[in-house]
Order: sequence, then C-alpha cells, then structure tokens
Amino acid sequence: MANPGIADNQFLETELNVSAKRTETLFRILFMVMAGLLILPVLIILTTLLVKGSSIISFDFLFTSPTDGMTAGGIFPALLGTVWLVGVALIISVPVGVAAAVYLSEYAPDNWFTRAINLAIINLAGVPSIVHALFGVGAFVIFFGFGTSILAASMTLAVMTLPVVIVATRESLQAVPQAFREACWNMGATRWQTIRRVVLPNSVSGILTGVILEVSRTTGETAPIMFTGAAFFIPVLPESVFDQTMALSLHLFVVSTQVPNVPEALPYGVALVLISMVLLMNSASIALRMHLRGKKKW
Amino acid sequence: MDTGIDVNTLQSEIESGAELAISTAALNLWYGSFQALFDVNLDIKKGRVTSLIGPSGCGKSTFLRSINRINERLGYVRINGSVDVFGNNIYAPEVELVQVRKQVGMVFQRPNPLPTSIRENILFGHKLHNRDRKYSRDDEDEIVESALQQVLLWDKVKDRLKRKATDLSLEEQQKLCIARLLPVKPRVLLMDEPCSALDPKGTAAVEELIWELRGKYSILIVTHNMAQARRASEECIFMLMGKVVEHTVTADMFVTPAHQETADYIEGRYG
Repeated sequence: MANPGIADNQFLETELNVSAKRTETLFRILFMVMAGLLILPVLIILTTLLVKGSSIISFDFLFTSPTDGMTAGGIFPALLGTVWLVGVALIISVPVGVAAAVYLSEYAPDNWFTRAINLAIINLAGVPSIVHALFGVGAFVIFFGFGTSILAASMTLAVMTLPVVIVATRESLQAVPQAFREACWNMGATRWQTIRRVVLPNSVSGILTGVILEVSRTTGETAPIMFTGAAFFIPVLPESVFDQTMALSLHLFVVSTQVPNVPEALPYGVALVLISMVLLMNSASIALRMHLRGKKKW
Repeated sequence: MDTGIDVNTLQSEIESGAELAISTAALNLWYGSFQALFDVNLDIKKGRVTSLIGPSGCGKSTFLRSINRINERLGYVRINGSVDVFGNNIYAPEVELVQVRKQVGMVFQRPNPLPTSIRENILFGHKLHNRDRKYSRDDEDEIVESALQQVLLWDKVKDRLKRKATDLSLEEQQKLCIARLLPVKPRVLLMDEPCSALDPKGTAAVEELIWELRGKYSILIVTHNMAQARRASEECIFMLMGKVVEHTVTADMFVTPAHQETADYIEGRYG
C-alpha cells in the first residue's frame, strides 16, 4: 500500500501478531518477576542476620559455654551438640538409605512389595516433623529405652530424613547408563559385582549431594529433637550417645522466646551461625557435584 | 578350571566329531504370547564366522540373545527346545549362568566400554573370574597387551592405557569391547550388528578384525548389511518370521540361493 506498483509485502506484521507479542511480553515479565521474588526472602534474611548478628560473632562466642542464664557467653555446647546429632543421624540413615535405594533401583521387581515401599517413602517424606518427634518419643525414648539422648534424637532425625537419602541415591543410581550394567552382566558379573564396581563408583557424586542436603536439613530441625534428646541448657558437653545435649536450632528457639533479658544480637548471632552452617554445606554439595561431574564422560 | 581351548580338548573334540560350536534343537521362543522363534534347528560350526541375516523382526537378534541367555532378563520370555554350546545344553537346570556368560561373549550394536581406563576395561572380566588367584602387574600387562594385539588396537593405544576408554573413537571402542571379552577365554563371540554405529572406515576395520579372529573363536554376527555378511562371514543363515529359511556357505547363498524368499531378500525386494 505504501509502495503502489510493488506487490504488498506479505511478511509485515498484522494486528494479530502485535497482540500476540504484547501478551508474550506480559507473561515473560510476569514469570520473571515471580522467579525474581524468590531471591528476596534469602536476601532479607541474610542481610538482617548479618547486620544484627555479626557483631557478636567471635572466637569466644563459638567456643565457650553460655553464661549468666544464657544471656551471655558463647554457644559451644549447642554447636557441638548439633554436630553430634547430625553425625549420629548420618551414621544411621546413610547406610540404611543407600542400601534401600540400591535395592529399589537395582534389584526390585515391579510388584506390590516394591510399590508398597515406594508408597511408604513418599508418605514418610510427607509426615510433619512434630509427628516424627512424637514417634521418636514413643519408639526410641520409651519403647527402646534410650531415654532422652543423642541416640534417640538422632534416630528420630534419621527416620525423618531417610526419604531424602533414598530418593537422591535412587536418582543418581538410575542416572548411570543401562549400557554399563549390560556390559558387566554380559561378562558374567553378578548384580552385586556390577553395583560394586560400576554403578556405585559412577553415582557417588549424586549420593554425596543427597547426603549433604540431608545434613543441612537435619542441622536446622528443631521439633524432632526437642522431646527426644535436646535440652534447654546443659553445662557439660556430651560424652556419649546416651547423653542429652544442647543443639543450635533449639538454642535459637530458647534464647529467642524462653529467656528474659537476652541482648538483641545473641539470637541473631545464633541464627547466623546456624544458617552459615547450612549454606556452607549446600555450597560444598554444589562444588562437590560440579567437581565430580566434570570428571564424568559419557 | 581352564576353559581355554588347549590342544588336548581340541583333539578330543575332533575325535568325537564334536566340531559344532552351537547346536539348537526345536528352539521355540515366546515374548509373552508372541512367538518369536519357531522350531529353530541350527548347527553352527566351530571356528567359523557365521552371519545371520533377515528383515527386521525376523528373530535373528532374538536367536543371538538366546545363546547367552540374555533374553531371560525380560521376565516374560519363555523358551523350549535346547541350545547346546560345545555339546552342553545351556538351558539345563544345573547350568551356572555366569559360566555361560563367560564362555559366550557378546558385542553390542553400540560400543559400551565401561567409564574407566582402557586397561581396566580389559581386565574387568579377567579380575571378575579370577578372584581366587593372584596376578602380578606384569601378568596383567601381558593380558592387556595380548587382548589388544588380538583386536589390532595395541599399537594405537599402548601409550595411553590409563586414559578413559570412553575417549576413544567409536571404532576403537567397539574393538575394545571385543578385546575385553578375550582375557576370560570365551569360545563363542556373539555380535549384534557390531558395525551399525560405525562409519564405513570403522566398519571395514572391525570387519577385518572379525576375519582375523576367525578360527580362534566361533563367531556369530547379526547384520542388516548384506554386503557385510558377504564380505565377513563364511556361512550365512537367512531367517524370516522366526524361522530359518536357509543356512549355507556364504558364497553359495549370495550366488545361488536355494529358496525364493532368500533370493528376494538378497536382491532387496523386501526387508
């Protein structure tokens, strides 16, 4: 129309194209904003903690006991207690979880038994942590007679985090190409020989990632340990798994809500230490995964 | 428990007239309710290269896979009849599957080296089957060299045995997959379209290798490529719809096929 004589350019945009493009832009921005919003809470939490809590962080804060009715001093018993709880929970849940995942991925036939196990895992993952806590009290503290102890608390944590280990391990086992297994079976390797020599070595990065994610989740849990092994305040450090212990997450709860006259920086400091531990382990997991994945080639 | 073919067993086999590597009798196979093999009676001679040809779905791969019992992994496979490998029915109840897999090696369409070094790939099967014995590093070096020599790969990779097997070219990977079977001294090598993932040059190289291994091993190759069957095999079996149509010397099959179906297939009228 603009150039009479030349045929109309059939590639020019129409009304319909314009409106489609407008909608396209709208949705792209909408989705981007939603995704961007995710950063917000992380930023706010971290900056608040850093601003309000970093002043209290010092060597003494990390490595001495609380004093003056927990309104002063450090957090060492809680820090150490968390390490105990997480460590013992790992010792229990990793072997069980990895073995279960190996069974489900490498051996299990598709039958009602396997489906029942899968259903149990899904349901276990959905049980609220306070219910796990009560289960822990009933099963480990009372029935098995461990009393309120690191062992009972760690077992409760282990049961709670088993689904994480199992699902992560199973996924990384299944990421190992089937061709490797066939190669082994065809050379006369048994299932176990195949798993031991080929499948596990090639899925270890994924398994470790799952384990570290489990650690960071366990570190922050409060409810499951409250009634099973963690105490408000204990002046001595735990010496065995049958002792009670303090824990960072519970300590944070206590100093924030249960103790009067706590200086403002203290709970923020505890929270900062807690979140730093979790972030540190998450970063370690990412770094480890990238490192191990870089070595893989198939 | 040396399973290698030494002079004595060779001698006794010739005397007893047992020059067959594989002998099947009335072999029928079902996938669920679908029958894939019908009364397959085949005698495959020791030390020969025998090719299996036929259109897709004719049962040639199924037949191949029933000779090291790999089909069984699919739970819904049913078999009757017998498959004798060097005189013993591999489907007999007392047979140990690991021994079958050890003596009947298999090479796949797509090379599937393990994600370890070249050296470890070669030693994998060996270590698996000799856990009760100690081998020095020198012994192992010798095993690696001998296996790689046999597949004409030694000169190319001798300086990089510690490198990842998955970094090799496809042709080299496929040769490696053949080589890693050899240290456990298999007697039969099954190859399921071993060249279909390779380029023409790689195909030629692997065919040359197969030809080279003739005599030492009894080799059964499934192939879609009739030119390959013609070039690289001594005997040829033509299958159609789960039945054996013709089994004869390769040269004869391609010049004077005895059956009309064979002639039609060879001339490319179907398949």
